[in-house]
Amino acid sequence: MKISVNVNGTAREADVEPRLLLVHFIREDLNMTGTHIGCDTTSCGACTVLLDGKPVKSCTVFAVMANGRDVMTVEGLEKDGKLDPIQDGFHQEHGLQCGFCTPGMMLTGFSLLKNNASPSEADIRWAISGNLCRCTGYVNIVKSIQHAAQAQKPAQ
Amino acid sequence: MEPRTSPEVGGMGHSMKRKEDGRFIRGQGKYVDDVKLPGMLYLDIVRSPYAHAKIKSIDTSKAMAIPGVLAVVTGELLKQYNLHWMPTLMSDTQMVLPVEKVMHQGQEVAAVLATTRYIAADGVQAVDVEYEPLEVIVDPFKALEPGALVLRDDKPGKTDNRIFHWEAGDKAGTEKYFNDAEVTVKQDIYLPRINVASIETCGCVAHFNKTDGKLTVWMTTQAPHAIRTVFALVAGHVGLSEEKIRIISPDIGGGFGGKVPVYPGYVIAVAASVLTGAPVKWIEDRMENLQAASFARDYHMTAELAGKKDGTLQALRIRTVADHGYTDAAANPSKFPAGLFHIATGSYDLKSAFMEVDAAYTNKPPGGIAYRCSFRVTEAVHAIERMVDIFAHELKMDPADLREKNFIKPEAFPYKSPLGFEYDSGNYKGALDLAKKRIGYDELRKEQLEKRAKGELMGIGISSFTEIVGAGPSKHYDILGIKMFDSCELRIHPTGKAIARFGTKSQGQGHETTYAQIIAEELGIPAEHVAVEEGDTDTAPYGLGTYASRSTPVAGAAGAMAARKVRDKARKIAAYLLEVAEEDLEWEVGKFFVKGSPSKSKTIQECAFAAYTNHPQGMEAGLEAVNYYDPPNLTFPFGSYICVVDIDKGTGQVKIRRFVAVDDCGNIINPMIVDGQIHGGLTMGLAPAMYEEINYDADGNIQGGSLMDYLVPTSMETPAWETDKTCTPSPHHPLGAKGVGESATVGAPAAIANAVVDAMWHLGVRHIDIPITPPKVWKLLMEKGVAE
Repeated sequence: MKISVNVNGTAREADVEPRLLLVHFIREDLNMTGTHIGCDTTSCGACTVLLDGKPVKSCTVFAVMANGRDVMTVEGLEKDGKLDPIQDGFHQEHGLQCGFCTPGMMLTGFSLLKNNASPSEADIRWAISGNLCRCTGYVNIVKSIQHAAQAQKPAQ
Repeated sequence: MEPRTSPEVGGMGHSMKRKEDGRFIRGQGKYVDDVKLPGMLYLDIVRSPYAHAKIKSIDTSKAMAIPGVLAVVTGELLKQYNLHWMPTLMSDTQMVLPVEKVMHQGQEVAAVLATTRYIAADGVQAVDVEYEPLEVIVDPFKALEPGALVLRDDKPGKTDNRIFHWEAGDKAGTEKYFNDAEVTVKQDIYLPRINVASIETCGCVAHFNKTDGKLTVWMTTQAPHAIRTVFALVAGHVGLSEEKIRIISPDIGGGFGGKVPVYPGYVIAVAASVLTGAPVKWIEDRMENLQAASFARDYHMTAELAGKKDGTLQALRIRTVADHGYTDAAANPSKFPAGLFHIATGSYDLKSAFMEVDAAYTNKPPGGIAYRCSFRVTEAVHAIERMVDIFAHELKMDPADLREKNFIKPEAFPYKSPLGFEYDSGNYKGALDLAKKRIGYDELRKEQLEKRAKGELMGIGISSFTEIVGAGPSKHYDILGIKMFDSCELRIHPTGKAIARFGTKSQGQGHETTYAQIIAEELGIPAEHVAVEEGDTDTAPYGLGTYASRSTPVAGAAGAMAARKVRDKARKIAAYLLEVAEEDLEWEVGKFFVKGSPSKSKTIQECAFAAYTNHPQGMEAGLEAVNYYDPPNLTFPFGSYICVVDIDKGTGQVKIRRFVAVDDCGNIINPMIVDGQIHGGLTMGLAPAMYEEINYDADGNIQGGSLMDYLVPTSMETPAWETDKTCTPSPHHPLGAKGVGESATVGAPAAIANAVVDAMWHLGVRHIDIPITPPKVWKLLMEKGVAE
């Protein structure tokens, strides 16, 4: 099937098998390997991308379902050589170790902050509860998202 | 410890932001599944639905008829090259692909090679295997009974299912203490099977280049150099020679011990690439990972503690049955089939101890690896910390007081334990005092009494563990005969910048930062300008890899020693440049100066430049050094953890209200990274304590084989950990450091279990096996008549 997906602001056309998963389309057809695969049951969230601005687990979305829609991946966070505050937050607060869950975790955090500029710790923990991290114990991930929230606040 | 270097230099004690973060936060990390080569083929594996069955036939015709399926690899094919079996790291044997029978559910039966991932998966569905089910043994106690069906009938002369019997300590002396003791306590304790479940599963890309005969394997391995040697030894007879094998361990998405073993999938991919000359990718999916990759624990322990009525502990005895599945695929030092389980006397000054382990074959996947733990240390810590708590409760003593009474005293170090270790340093009371202060222990005990009077269930649990990491001295520690040293090769460039390569492999621990800080500490070259590389066997010096918290204790020490060699040569160059004798020079961070006239000095950068542009005649040019560090002893980090829980009598749910972790890992290189390691370790202590477990039914069917039912903690279950430190340097490590990555995994489960039992002891509850799930607790509440 022919599809056209707007990925990080660029229209990408492809002819794909109907069964192709969005995550494989991104990783193998588009060669953007920042989106990872950690499970096969929509449990781990390593494959999280934003579909029309909302976090989805791209291992459970067919590529054809993204036809005509906007997809944002980790590669779309940095703009004009400037890190997004969520990326800087993860660096400053040691919110990553092996880095495997990090792209999905950052996109979930990015999406949260778009909808809630001042999330509480409970809000953050709830938002990232679909993204598993085996390294950090989540403590510093919470701080990273708080760091980004703080950085995005308009100057008083 | 106050840093000796400025933040710009970034030596020890600075919470330097991680150098490796840049690529990860941009999605530019390079993991094995990100490797894509021209003409690459994909491998997918047919797995057994039975736990024990004869293979009657494998029909590949339907699979081969699928366009894009190129081959189906079977045991019969590998047998032609004598590659159908391989050794495990414990010198047992494991099937790569079976010829006659399968030994566990999920075992590899055949492999489909195809042009795409999806076609390979289609091929797997189309392979028809006819099985004849055989009697299944899942219980290790039944496996060890006389007359039990012998599972490993492939081993000539094998007449039972015993893998080994191992003992440590003084059997008769310990028995005497038990016979004469005023108080003894005894408890069966089971630590179930669990899987490290790193978020990245295992996999590889194998590329055999037929033109030059070179095999390159990108592989999820924690020990690339050892893997290269194993490949050379196993496949030497088919022409793979060690200089033509290159193992590349790229970015690794978590290891925790699960990426130490050699899995059949790797070997099949290598064989497929050698046969076809094409690059072959094999990536395990999550269910394969949970169902067939190596497991940890599965230890059935019976522990006993003897002592006096005044609370003095005297002797420990533990009898264990270990379930290793169908092959012993642990990754222990070869002289220690039960790992370092004999650290079980822990933080206490016992007079005598004895332990024995019988290991059994069963129809389960190969097991016995670590779960973020240095060789069976969690098992040991759980046993002693549970038993000490039971002993205290039996005597109606406060568990903190009983611990304090029996701690090895600071002045007793170096301390020789009854089971043969020499602990390097410790101050156990210091850590427990700080933990009690941080959590407000005395107030909590008061609150507990008040709550109990109202019928509410609140518990406080302590774990004052001693870890043992940094294997290890070559006299005693080896893997398949390769001594457990580790290495650093350090080169200083003419402009005073450096590259350091190590024999270890980070899987998230932050080596690129920590190791750079070690070099910065020793030479004063800013850590920012020290590039660190690991994981490529063509370029890095030989080392045994990263597991068992050995990177800082062993490779980190190698880094310091290599830097000191560089400094020694730089001193000669500085003396030449300053026209003074070497003895007239003093070193302070980053420069040599002439004693008494500090204005006359040469920086390390000036020495480096001179090493290439103006070195003394007769001296070799260049400034570099290699060190293979053979540690004189292991290091013994420790800590005291206190956990407070509240139990819901309606649901049996345990809520962790607070958890304070005081760790002592000696001198710290990067405090930020150490805290991160402890947060992660605590979460991997929480996981088996409350959620994770893999069980089998009587037919050997796995329960817990996907992330839908193997419950890795999310942000919702994980408490906001509170951490603190004491600092007791290691006297033998060049930097006074100890390992830290696994302390929290080792120490945390006992604190949680002790808290839950503490909440219910007055009801008559002595022990609960982990994971402590709501149904287990609710059942106990029902039995005691207090469920609501």
